[in-house]
Amino acid sequence: MIDFTKYAGPNLGGVVNKLLDDRHSDYLGIKMDTPFTRVLVLLILGAAFSAFYRIVYGLGASTNLNDYWPWGLWISFDVLGGVAMAAGGFIIAAMVYILNWKKYKCIVRASILNAFFGYLLAAISICLDIGRSFVIWHPMVMWQVNSIMFIVAVHVVLYTSTLATESSPMVFEKLGLGRALNGVNRCMVGIVLFGVLLSLLHQSSLGAVYLIAPSKLSPLWYGKYIPYMFLVSAIMMGLSMVSFETILTGKVFNHAPPRDVLEGLARGIVVIGCIYIAMKVVHLVTGPGLGGLFRYGFLGFMWLLEMAVGAFIPVVLLMKKANRRNLHVLFAANILVIVGVLLNRLNVGIFAVSDFPNRVGGDYFPSFMELMLTSGMIAFAILGFKLCAKYLNLFPQTHH
Amino acid sequence: MTISRRGFLKGVASGGVVLATGVPAAEARMSKDLPPEAVGLLYDATLCVGCKSCMVNCKIQNSVPGGALYQQRMAAGVKEALFCTRPAVAEEPTSPPTYETTGIKGNEGIWDAPQDLTGDTISIIKVYRNGTGEKKDAPLNGYAFFKQQCLHCITPACASVCPAGAFRKDPVNGSVYYEAYRCIGCRYCQIACPFNVPRYEWDSPWPEVRKCQLCRHRFKEGKYSACAESCPTGATIFGKVTDLRAEAKKRFAMKPGTEYDFPIRTLTSGDTTLRKVAGYADRIFGLSEAGGTQNLMLSGISFDLLGFNKDVPNSALPDLTWAYIAKIPWVFLGVFLGGTTLHAITSRMHVNGKDKDKDKDKGEKHD
Repeated sequence: MIDFTKYAGPNLGGVVNKLLDDRHSDYLGIKMDTPFTRVLVLLILGAAFSAFYRIVYGLGASTNLNDYWPWGLWISFDVLGGVAMAAGGFIIAAMVYILNWKKYKCIVRASILNAFFGYLLAAISICLDIGRSFVIWHPMVMWQVNSIMFIVAVHVVLYTSTLATESSPMVFEKLGLGRALNGVNRCMVGIVLFGVLLSLLHQSSLGAVYLIAPSKLSPLWYGKYIPYMFLVSAIMMGLSMVSFETILTGKVFNHAPPRDVLEGLARGIVVIGCIYIAMKVVHLVTGPGLGGLFRYGFLGFMWLLEMAVGAFIPVVLLMKKANRRNLHVLFAANILVIVGVLLNRLNVGIFAVSDFPNRVGGDYFPSFMELMLTSGMIAFAILGFKLCAKYLNLFPQTHH
Repeated sequence: MTISRRGFLKGVASGGVVLATGVPAAEARMSKDLPPEAVGLLYDATLCVGCKSCMVNCKIQNSVPGGALYQQRMAAGVKEALFCTRPAVAEEPTSPPTYETTGIKGNEGIWDAPQDLTGDTISIIKVYRNGTGEKKDAPLNGYAFFKQQCLHCITPACASVCPAGAFRKDPVNGSVYYEAYRCIGCRYCQIACPFNVPRYEWDSPWPEVRKCQLCRHRFKEGKYSACAESCPTGATIFGKVTDLRAEAKKRFAMKPGTEYDFPIRTLTSGDTTLRKVAGYADRIFGLSEAGGTQNLMLSGISFDLLGFNKDVPNSALPDLTWAYIAKIPWVFLGVFLGGTTLHAITSRMHVNGKDKDKDKDKGEKHD
């Protein structure tokens, strides 16, 4: 290992040395220089380029957005999807710190970190999506409490900092800052509670963004209860995401995933999934009616696809106890839920608003730059997680 | 340890209560009443001959400082946004009218050829055509002109959704206007507007949202909306909203073929044109759409056929989000109280459980 005290002086160099000390994670066997990591770096560079291009030349030059389709891939996938993917953080944190379900303590750090990257993804993307990126802080000083977007903005800022605080013990531990570590740990319950509050509001307010547009959003998705459907689907997605990530890290890093934790998460997915299915079906029947699935043509198909992939199939699969214990089935079910809920966000953000623009001749398909930025952001989240797994004590229980 | 944690939790809980009661949202709800001096436009499509003089005058009159199409220098715009200051008035020269070439060969900014509302065009006359297109204001084998621009909602969705308050409604004359220095460019206004009116400057690295602002910058000079000023046939007239509503209702009730003195430019200009009433279809557009708008429209062809969004609700849109926002303080309260209670209970259970385990271990001398 390089000794940084030689280059950066004893103080700074010492800190860098401590941060880069990865002996404690040797057992995970994480290699940094792999073909996969190189691809990730390449994707991140691509995203950096499109971010630069977007800031210099504007949205028109870099995206296919237009007056009839003002929000596209970045809002529906990066922001709506990224935030939904982050829901695992607040659920696991609440289970461990508030409900004292200590069983889940071994995955709490990983899921909070996962949430942190989800929010970073959303925050960076929305910063590039708004036309005047450099004044993104305006809502903070120009309060407009009638606006859901204002509420969303406040929550993104507060919750991203809350997640950073929740993750900070890992860094403090690494640097041997005992007092800071103690301080954060003592306030942890309060911080987690604040995070739960922000998450409940933020997940639902992303759905509430569309409340104002009954004449734009297809009735298959529009409804008074869309904020709550967003919240419940995000919880379902969050549980799957945590479970998915626990199995995945178990596979790629050398550590055994805790079986009883995964089983508990799977039970949670079934319960929340049933609630979600009930909400969606009641909404469908009381709103556009079952006939709506056929009346709206392609949109009806998208609704069915989203529900089949994200809810019906995985819930039915996981109903069986044997399947909940089978890692392969569980892994597949998690992926289905994640893809299905992401599809739901894409449906709401892109497909469900297509009716009116199509009538007046509007069209939208993400441009190369948009796709490049989004894939780069995903790569950034994966690489960031990998780095943290290598250099921070991400899986405390399994380590000792 | 337990005592300090309990004390801490108490603090958290009381903080939650303060937050819940202190949210200054109650008085912020948007008004649903017509402002006292509300002014607007009445567009009667049956009188329109499609000369587009309104569009020409609109671009000229709005390219002056303070106008809705005024092109500020980017450096000045960035500076004002960064320092959150309103732009200084009328220091910079008038910008050239924002002509659109629409890719037509030979048109190098010589004449204006807009196809739709855009960041450069805030009012537009379009044509409806069907079949042979012989008869004016007939849905079959006919043609008709129609106008698109901001309708100046009584409870504007754009103003309610803007996170930085860039869209505002004038409390006196009711015009819905835009303050560029506040805007962050998120385009939520475009999603929220049921009439698809706000348009974005997609090509600019420092984009503004453009829409008709009723020529409010001309009011203090004693002038009124440019489109009404230049309309030769009285298709667009300017006036007080209450008077315009009465005028529209009167016309709507008249029998086709009746001769009527249609006022020109404004309701009180004194100039009129004597013409036969053509007969109106459908409804007076703007009486109830989205809770009512200050601009009204009359047409011989139904508005659905003209391509207006047919799903616009007849109630104020901001109410839909307010129902959600009003619950937020209660969520604060609920989460803090519920969370602390649950934590207290489960912590105690956990401690008790541990004690029992220990007892058991001792008793059985296990491990």
